[in-house]
Order: sequence, then structure tokens, then C-alpha cells
Amino acid sequence: MADLTSKFVGIKSPNPFWLASAPPTDKEYNVRRAFEAGWGGVVWKTLGEAGPPVVNVNGPRYGAIHGADRRLLGLNNIELITDRPLEVNLEEMARVKRDFPEHALIASVMVPCEEGAWKDILPVIAETGCDGFELNFGCPHGMAERGMGSAVGQVPEYIEMVTRWAKEATGLPVIVKLTPNITNILYPATAAMNGGADAVSLINTINSITSVNLDVMSPEPMIDGKGTHGGYCGPAVKPIALNMVAEIARNPDTAKLPISGIGGITTWRDAAEFMALGAGNVQVCTAAMTYGFKIVQEMISGLSQWMDEKGYESTADFVGMATPNVTDWQYLNLNHVTKAVINQDDCIKCGRCYAACEDTSHQAIAMSDDRVFTVKDDECVACNLCVNVCPVEGCITMKTLAPGELDERTGTPVAAEYGNWTTHPNNPTVSAAE
Amino acid sequence: MTNSPFSEGVVPARLSAEALAENFSDLHPRLDDHEALVAADRCYFCHDAPCMTACPTDIDIPLFIRQIATGTPEAAARTILSQNILGGMCARVCPTETLCEEVCVREVAEGKPVTIGQLQRYATDRLMEKGDHPFTRAAATGKTVAVVGAGPAGLACAHRLAMHGHDVVIHEAREKSGGLNEFGIAAYKSVDGFAQAEVDWLLQIGGITVETGSVLGKTITLDGLRDAYDAVFLSIGLGGVNALGLDGEDKSGVLDAVDFIAELRQADDLTKLGVGRDVVVIGGGMTAIDAAVQSKLLGALNVTLVYRRGRDRMNASQFEQDLAASKGVRIITNASPKAIHGNGAVREIDFEYTGDDLKPTGQTVRIPADQVLKAIGQSLESDGLPELEGQKIKVTDTGRTSVDGVWAGGDCASGGDDLTVTAVAEGRDAAEDIHAALSA
Repeated sequence: MADLTSKFVGIKSPNPFWLASAPPTDKEYNVRRAFEAGWGGVVWKTLGEAGPPVVNVNGPRYGAIHGADRRLLGLNNIELITDRPLEVNLEEMARVKRDFPEHALIASVMVPCEEGAWKDILPVIAETGCDGFELNFGCPHGMAERGMGSAVGQVPEYIEMVTRWAKEATGLPVIVKLTPNITNILYPATAAMNGGADAVSLINTINSITSVNLDVMSPEPMIDGKGTHGGYCGPAVKPIALNMVAEIARNPDTAKLPISGIGGITTWRDAAEFMALGAGNVQVCTAAMTYGFKIVQEMISGLSQWMDEKGYESTADFVGMATPNVTDWQYLNLNHVTKAVINQDDCIKCGRCYAACEDTSHQAIAMSDDRVFTVKDDECVACNLCVNVCPVEGCITMKTLAPGELDERTGTPVAAEYGNWTTHPNNPTVSAAE
Repeated sequence: MTNSPFSEGVVPARLSAEALAENFSDLHPRLDDHEALVAADRCYFCHDAPCMTACPTDIDIPLFIRQIATGTPEAAARTILSQNILGGMCARVCPTETLCEEVCVREVAEGKPVTIGQLQRYATDRLMEKGDHPFTRAAATGKTVAVVGAGPAGLACAHRLAMHGHDVVIHEAREKSGGLNEFGIAAYKSVDGFAQAEVDWLLQIGGITVETGSVLGKTITLDGLRDAYDAVFLSIGLGGVNALGLDGEDKSGVLDAVDFIAELRQADDLTKLGVGRDVVVIGGGMTAIDAAVQSKLLGALNVTLVYRRGRDRMNASQFEQDLAASKGVRIITNASPKAIHGNGAVREIDFEYTGDDLKPTGQTVRIPADQVLKAIGQSLESDGLPELEGQKIKVTDTGRTSVDGVWAGGDCASGGDDLTVTAVAEGRDAAEDIHAALSA
């Protein structure tokens, strides 16, 4: 049986599944339910300065994108950091940590960009017994207008400065949560590392407007006829998050920086993918907000089963295993040739592959009078669109041509050796070098 | 309530008014908004969709379902009605399980088709309840067309002709329009007077006059119509009813299923409608099923449907057969009626079991019957009509008959199944050909 216990920057938890700092972790009540349900750790909803807490809007805080059957694919929120008094949160955190000593409890913090503010509050929060800190440099809405959250996360110098203050103020691990609302994730990641961060966590939410109310002509969620951009999360953002995690993990300078992966993780498989790309653990929010805390049971059982099947004894066995296979386009093997193959037994004859290929791709699928769909190997460029639009999983697959086999599209046999753009005769830089 | 299912003879009120109301309520209640969205989500928006090909009126089904899914059922209704002006009734009575839904790729893949018929009803109901009529007439042409028969084919033809700017007079023999939609289908498929509401809605196009009590061969003649109008469309249906050819067929309690169904459809009060204790329906088509099921729903104790061939030869669809079975109708196949017994009124009926190709086996069965409903087919009353092909008026693909200026469609014309949707397609296509001819 796979061992799911996790040790991330020295913080132990029964499994690598943490709840991200967000509405589900705002109160003792919720967090107790989460731990009882099986979550390995919780990053408490972001704490702000002492004194009058922030206030939230009293209209809708969330907007959504739905798929078929109203599956929630993307969620957007304009909720701010905790709107409860600091002392109440600290009391609750201390009680929860006392009762759940084996579970990880991380304090997320966001205070103004002043040295005193950070150095004063971290020791106070540490008295709760929390296992570490997460610096919220990510939230893109509301708090950013006040110079916090992503307003810090978008300026690498600020990230490094504040991280350094934090590390000077506490001996506990410091995780820096990054905003994706930047052009290159390596700059903020490097800044966090240079500031002494023990880890980065990413991604925070993405600036977004989920929909427009066409009657009122206002973005949603709409407050009294107006809307503002919110933070986008959920399954829709997973590809963006995976890429950013991979960029940090494969960059030689940041490769050793531990990563807590966040972004649309909904199933054990999503979690395993983040970890394969280099995340030491994962944080989940939208999936819990959509289905409740019970989903962690599937994540635990699924990851365990998969690890057993693969022979991994601990999560460390596979963390980062996919990272070396993330490369630049220029290094992809241009001599690797595949062709789409339609399994006629599985085909339900909907014709979507045909419509997609005929209208928008390479006219490489033939349709007979009796609706038999076949790939024209002499036209197929192996773009994979037919695979992606087919409603039946596994019906259309990509067959790799063996070296020496004829590629009917080009009329040439498949080369056995690896060959990429850097050496391709059409590459002008190759010619220039000659 | 004085009677019960056990009461002898053909008597009314075997069931309470409440039970009858429940039994004759909508067979498939309309989808609500949520159900419609869930159902619409299942459509794959197939390329050159098989459902579309299977629809006799070529409705663009993937498009209208996508229009429902995106919150515009009224646009969906326009997509439907532009091909099939009786799309509302067809959504209720089409044997979708042998047409669009049979070939739905999700039926093939999962055994659960997209519920196209119910989605069509959702869309058309939404539009029609608003009272909107989304079609307008072209400039008046000054041409006039006589349509004989206000059934589905006639109505579809008249509407399309009116759209093209022609003036149409529908000559209807009965006192009400609608044809089999009004008189011929099971009540639970068209509740709340939908057939008449649909006719009223259809006539909003304008330019169509309905003359009821106008009977071909009695009050009007084909030659007279040809003289008076620029074109004539015959959609007179099948007015004759086939007989068993047995002694005793004239006994009381033996009647034509179509008359039984029509009487039921026109009844204001189902508690006054008589039905036998032991009903035997003879036939294997939709009419037989409708009569059998409705007998059961009226409170008959035993209803037996007897068909002379095997189940695979029954014209009634599997869905209809299953519906009958689920209501408690006993279905006997491979048995032909041999003798009707009774003193004045029918009491029993003998059947002989038959093998393949109706070969007699010598084995017989006697079934108690105080009511026998004959549903062995209808036939064309053909005096004074254009040339026939078999039992029907011979027509081309566009409905032209052997007589110049006379078109025909629906059940009275050759070609196609005797379905509402087929009749609509034939009426519509004939209208286009008439329009082309009148415009030439």
C-alpha cells in the first residue's frame, strides 16, 4: 500500500492534499470538517492586519463558466481576505492545531508592504502553533487596489523584499504564493527564491470576467449594476497552472525550489499530474467548493491505487518525473510521424471528426455514404483535432509509424534518427551558420 | 359510480372521473426548462446528422437542439416549423423510436437517444404558447388553390401556399379541421385540445379559408374545383374501413376502431363513454394499439389485441407495443378471426392460430368479447379520383396526379408511410410544386 504521507518543506501531513487559502478555510467549523473528511493540510484563509477587518460585498461574490449539464468548469470570485477579526482567527487556528496535531496548518498572510507590518504580525500568528506561512502575493482583485496581493506579486523586487522580511521575522517555513497575472512566472519565482522563500505555491487566481449580463449590460458577478474583474480558478485554469509549475521546475536556477501546486485540481489524476511536473504537494479549492470536502476520499484512494500499480512507495518517488520531458518546441523530434486511426468498432458515426477536419483542418477524413469515417493517411498531419473532438474516448488514436515506413503524406520513409528544428534544413539559422 | 371494470356489457363510467382524468393525461408531460437543457446537452451536433436524414420533413435537428441549449427555444421552434408547420403535433405523435431517435448516434452508442421528440415539443410549445406566428405571407399572387381535406397534408400544403401569397380554400368534410390529428390519434397524445389550437395557430398566416361540411363527391366535385381554382390539392385521407368479412360482423358491440377513437377524442365527458368489459381489438397497427390502450384506460377489465401475423410484422412500433403491454393489454399474434358469436350482441370471438404466411394450424381459441374493435386498415374511397396506383392515388415525387392541375398527398396518395409527419412533408412539397407551376 502506497505511503501518502507528505513532508513539504519540513511540514508533515497525512497526505499531499491541502486545502488552499480560500473561503473553505475561513473558519474553525469548516477546517474541522475538512480535517475530519481527510484533508492532509489547510492553508487558513488569508489573515490581514489587526484592527477593523476588511469588508466584503453583500451581493454575489462568485461567477462561473459551465460545461454540459452545468458542470462547473471555471469559478471566479471577488471575495477579499478574511473579514473576521484577527484575534478570532488566531484563537480558532490554535484550537484546531491543538486538536489536529498531525495535520498541516499554514497561515496565509497579507499585510501592507511595510517591514514593520510583516515583522510584527508573523510572530503573533506563529503562537497559534501553525506549521508555516504562505505569503499571499497573488489575489488579483480588491486587495491589489490597496497595494497588496498581486500588486506585490507583479513586482519581483517587492516579492524578494517582503519574503526577506518574513524570513527574518520567523523560523517557520515561508511559502510564497504567486500570481499568474504576469508575463513570465520565472521572475516572481526567482525573486521569492532570492528572498529566501522555502517554497512557492502557484497559481493564484487569474484576472477574469466570467460573463456579461446582457440585460443590464454589466459584468458578472454583478453588484448593483456593476461588476469588477475577479480571480478565476477551477478546472479551466489547470493547463495554465501546469505550465507555470513546469516552467519553474525545469528552469535550472529555480529547479530546486519546492513547489506547492495549485490550479483546478479536481481529481487524484490532476494532483498526480502537478506532482509529476514537480509539485511536492497540491492545494485544492474549487473542487471542494463544488462538491464538498468528501472528494478528498477519491483523491486518496485514486492516488494510492495508481502509485501501487506503478510501484511507487511514496510521493517523492514520482514528484518531478515528468519535468525532464518538458522541453522547447525546437527540440521536438520532427522525424516522429503519427497518423490518426479510427476504431470502427467504437465509432458511433457522429461525424464530428469529419466536420472538424473537413472544415477547419486538413481534409484528411473520408466519409462514405453509409457514414463510415476513415483517415486519409496521405492528408493526415496528425494534428490530433479528431481525437479531441470525438465524443468516445479511445475511439480515435494516434499510430506511430515505424522507422522506414512510408509517410504517405510526404512520400518519404520515416527517418530512424532524431531530428529537430535546430538542425532542420529549413531553419534559416542553420543555413546562416554554414 | 354505478359501474366497475367487472360490469357486464358496454357500459360507461367503469372508473371514477378522477381515474379517467389521470389515465388520459399527457403521455409525455412537457419537459421543464431544466429537463430540456439536460436533454439538449446530450446532443453531439453530428455532421450531416442521421436524425435529420431520418426525419421525413428534414428538420435540422442538431441546430434546433443547439438553439434550445443556448437559451433560444423560440429560434429552435422556427427551425422546426420552417420545415414542418405541424411540428408541434409531430413532436407528440411521431414514432420517433423508428425515425430520428432510432438513428441517433447516442441510441447506437448507449441505447439512449437524445429525446428529440420531447425537445421538439418543448420548443414548439414555447413559441405557440406565446401566440407568435413566425411566418408571413408574400405579396398576393391572385392565384387560388383548393385543398380538399384539412388533415396534416392539407394544412401543411395550405400554409406553404399561403406563405407564397396564394389564396387557399380548404374543403373539409367534417365539422372540424385537423383530420386524424383531431379524430384519429390517442387522446393521451394530444391533450388540452392541442389539435384545434395548432390549427388555429397555423391559420394565423392568413389567406386560408376553411369550409367545413364540404364533401368531395357530394357537395363538391373534382371537376368543379378544377374549374373554380387555379390548382387542386387532394388530401382526403382514407375514408373507408376494411371489413373482416365474417358472419356476425353486424352484431352490436362490433365496431370500427377509428370510430371508437374519434368518439373518444370528441367526448366532452369520458365518464359517459361506454366500453366493454372484455374488449378484443383486431389489427396490428397504431390504430389497433390506440384503441386497445384507450379501452384499457377507460376501465375495460380485459383487453386483448389480436394480430394475424407475427410480432415483427406489426406496424405498431416497439414503443407502442410496450406501451400497450404496460397498460395491461394482452397481445396475441399469429391468430386470425374465424367467427363472431352472440345473440344480437357479440359475446365471444373465435380465432385460429396461423403459421408463417397465414397458414392455418387448426388450433383455435375462443375469447370472451362484449366489444370488438376492428383495426385492420383503412381504404381510399376512390370514386371520381385521378388514376390509382394500387389502392391509392398515383402521384409523382412532388405530388402531381394523372390529372392536370391536381396534386395529392397524405394517406390518400401513393408512396410514403401513413404518418402525420409524412403527410406534412408531402403537403409541403406539393405546395412548392404548385407554387412553381402557378409562377411559371
